[in-house]
Amino acid sequence: MKSSVITFPGSNCDRDMDVALRKFGFKNKMVWHNDGELPKSDLVVLPGGFSYGDYLRCGSMASKSKIMKSVINFANSGGMVMGICNGFQILVETGLVPGVLLRNKYLEFICKNVFVKINSKKNTYFKNINNEILEFHIAHNEGNYFCTKDQFNEIEDNNQIAAYYCNKDGKVEEQFNPNGSIKNIAGIFNKEKNILGMMPHPERMIDPSLSGEDGSVFFKNLINNLK
Amino acid sequence: MKISVIITLKKDVLDPQGKIIQQTLDGMGFNDIDEVRQGKYFEIYTKDKDPIKAKDKVEEMCKKLLANLVIENYKIIDAQ
Repeated sequence: MKSSVITFPGSNCDRDMDVALRKFGFKNKMVWHNDGELPKSDLVVLPGGFSYGDYLRCGSMASKSKIMKSVINFANSGGMVMGICNGFQILVETGLVPGVLLRNKYLEFICKNVFVKINSKKNTYFKNINNEILEFHIAHNEGNYFCTKDQFNEIEDNNQIAAYYCNKDGKVEEQFNPNGSIKNIAGIFNKEKNILGMMPHPERMIDPSLSGEDGSVFFKNLINNLK
Repeated sequence: MKISVIITLKKDVLDPQGKIIQQTLDGMGFNDIDEVRQGKYFEIYTKDKDPIKAKDKVEEMCKKLLANLVIENYKIIDAQ
């Protein structure tokens, strides 16, 4: 399986993502934002970080960069595109997934482990995954997912919510919502479910001695689903 | 020509920064304030001489980049 990780000026989780993808069997290529052509890929990842210093709005500048035209074409033709953290912010700015990511409710940068509950397994990202509750890491200032009422109804009708913030037992309640996002939303799909935007970082949970293994569970399952 | 644009958050969108500014002002003794909403202001200097054309272009810029229309409104306030 071939993957591509896009590096924007200010990306800082691109190498972590590269390490994670390679560890679980992807042949990964790093792609510079100013390249026009996307290498042949089964998965394209927009990594975390602070592309363009979060100027204007997080992800807004990166969403207009040269490579994004190819990424948008790839996504619109059914290609798998995953945006993590700043990558999620870039995805919402392209309009590939609905909504926006606002400043965290309590105005603090949040850096901690959280639990997320997978909403649905009817998609290539989570199909056949054993764990419904995963412990991932979050590190963001703008992860407060927001959308209009109409958008939210559409998201619910199409089962586009990928994951919710919850506690370790999978309880989805306001008290386990780290950033104020609507209905504890941690991740969103597009209608067709080939595009996933998610604030939590699975690539930070791939080593039991450093963090945890729930990211390993995610990536192992993902590559199997793509085969 | 200079085009001035302001971008404001839509009514229903939470503005935690505005809220903190309001609270701080309240602490400083400005107690009559019901709400503060923070926005953005841009000055765009263009080679265009025709204000109508220039405004049209800036409007396109607002829609495509300067504002996120899910949460923000834009208003061109001046062209001179």
